[in-house]
Amino acid sequence: MSTDKPIIEVKHLSKVYNIGHEQKSAPGTLTFRDSLTQTLRKPLEIFTGHRIEQEKFWALKDVNFEVNKGDVVGIIGRNGSGKSTLLKVLSRIVEPTEGEITMRGRVASLLEVGTGFHPELTGRENVFFNGAILGMSQKEIRSKFDEIVAFSEVEKFLDTPVKFYSSGMYVRLAFAVAAHLDPDILIVDEVLAVGDAAFQKKCLGKMKDVAGQGRTVLFVSHSMSAVRSLCQRGALMKEGRMEYFGDVDGALSRYDDVSESTYYKKAPKNNSHIRKIEVSSGGQTGALITGDDLDITAEVIISPQDLNKEIIIGFGLEDSLHSRIDTFVSEWKSLKIISEKSLIKIFCTVKDVPLVPGRYFISSSVSHNGVTSDYVDAGVSIMVDGGARAISQRLSEHGPIQLDYSMRLLDV
Amino acid sequence: MQHELVIRPQKRMHINLKELLSYHELFFYFAWRDVKVRYKQTAIGAVWAVLQPFVTMVVFTLFFNKVAGISSGNDAVPYAIFSYTGLLFWNYFSQALTRSANSLVDNQAVITKVYFPRLIPPLSSTLVALIDFGFASIVFIGLLLYFQFAPTLLGMLVLIPALLVTFIAASGAGMFLAALNVKYRDVKQALPFLIQTGLFLTPVIYPITQVPQQYQWALYLNPMTGVINAMRASFLGTAPVNWPLTAISVASAFFLFAFGLYYFKGREKEFADII
Repeated sequence: MSTDKPIIEVKHLSKVYNIGHEQKSAPGTLTFRDSLTQTLRKPLEIFTGHRIEQEKFWALKDVNFEVNKGDVVGIIGRNGSGKSTLLKVLSRIVEPTEGEITMRGRVASLLEVGTGFHPELTGRENVFFNGAILGMSQKEIRSKFDEIVAFSEVEKFLDTPVKFYSSGMYVRLAFAVAAHLDPDILIVDEVLAVGDAAFQKKCLGKMKDVAGQGRTVLFVSHSMSAVRSLCQRGALMKEGRMEYFGDVDGALSRYDDVSESTYYKKAPKNNSHIRKIEVSSGGQTGALITGDDLDITAEVIISPQDLNKEIIIGFGLEDSLHSRIDTFVSEWKSLKIISEKSLIKIFCTVKDVPLVPGRYFISSSVSHNGVTSDYVDAGVSIMVDGGARAISQRLSEHGPIQLDYSMRLLDV
Repeated sequence: MQHELVIRPQKRMHINLKELLSYHELFFYFAWRDVKVRYKQTAIGAVWAVLQPFVTMVVFTLFFNKVAGISSGNDAVPYAIFSYTGLLFWNYFSQALTRSANSLVDNQAVITKVYFPRLIPPLSSTLVALIDFGFASIVFIGLLLYFQFAPTLLGMLVLIPALLVTFIAASGAGMFLAALNVKYRDVKQALPFLIQTGLFLTPVIYPITQVPQQYQWALYLNPMTGVINAMRASFLGTAPVNWPLTAISVASAFFLFAFGLYYFKGREKEFADII
């Protein structure tokens, strides 16, 4: 190779946002009047001595790291930790306030599936526009067109405007375009958390192919299992700083420390979504004694379009390395959830949980018609204590679960 | 050849022309998409592009010429042709400006998700409006044939520069308003009103000779005054082109472009953050 230099070098990268009175109105709705009153207020503030400081918010603060060619890096962190800002700066969508990034190779970034898709355009037309906006040349799109169409499985509807597509078809076509990008460096954000399970699997497979071809991938995800299976390197973001950068297990194990026992989401979403998850056992939140029952309570907001339709709610139990232990789904227990109200509360109890002491996570999802509208990955954590079943000699290699057993000698 | 990209905070006036050129395909894709989307789910489609200026011309002729008694200022030139010459260019200008000013906000979803030179949407919008100009020109040719009016050779030569100056003026104002629109959505509200006012501040309906001589130069600060008057004077042969005054309009168009570009580049980096 022509160079031993890292393919991506990030030095002292910072991004600051000014939040203050401007933030009172939703972004983009600022009017001349707001601006005028602000301008008028400023001299007044100086006069009266009541200065309202423009607050600075460091979305990224002195981030440094290097990525070598062929590395697949998973970037994890809580909401608001700066992951998305980092990707946006790396993708050149927003400009850094300080610092410098050097990238040695062709970059493609995928922050969303179907960027630039226009509902009125046909599938075929959208493939061309979307491809162009993702950085493909017309020649490239033409040569890959058949492959893209085959991958998307929407051949029959190529000349139908995408507004008539089901959400599954839409996502498949959009991902198909993205999957055929041919960059040296690929920057991906959360795009796998869409579509039905079979398609998610296919996407993950495609991502693995890309990673296997010696390309460099930066991958932001809430799905710990996806990060685990795709990446060798992991980066953990916390409050705008790079808390950890190294091998993936190191990042995942440190991420555990930032999970809490109650998940609560205030931000309104348009889709049906999980508002709250709480785990408890015997009335105690966030703690469980081996062999006791585990109670999961969740509040789900049903969007207007999902009212009176059947929705499915599921919970996943994961170990400290985010490997799935078990999955609990409303449908499997013949619980039909059809709500007329916008809020539902669901209670799930798991009997005699035989988990060995350690930290565990609960993920949760809401879906309708096979399409996931919200997925909270490892939203809450629970500490398991051995209690009466604690056995000091027991080591981790003795297995992940601790079943209730007894032993006795038989007469011979 | 190793492709190396360095991202760092940019200086205000940093125009990467080479990069802009390397994105020429996307530039046309934006235009192509806008054209495609334009008349989807309409019954008569592109006929609208012909019908709109034609009906406006008929209304103008009926009300301003027949009722209000405004004439073309030259007996050899029918009012219909006179006003349509103005309308042709004014419509292109106003279309280009409207599309351009709304281009960033309309492409909000793309701007927050993908990088490309932000100058592409306002500039390609100005180009899209050229399609309507083309359709409107068909009506113009029809009018010339109907009134058996032969344009002069000089007029044919002035056509291209006139269009170019309109393009420059519209993109200049377009870049400025597009950038302003990102922060203040008031632009979207004010624009139709601005354009309506502009129609009266530009000699589209009336000949400039109706304005007192000592104030005429002020009207020429408006680039469209120069464009429309030069077109009328040369194409219709109504009068010799007033080159010094036309030069004011041309200079004004270039100034508008430089100002628009300067403002746009200064605001560019915050687009994705505040749009």
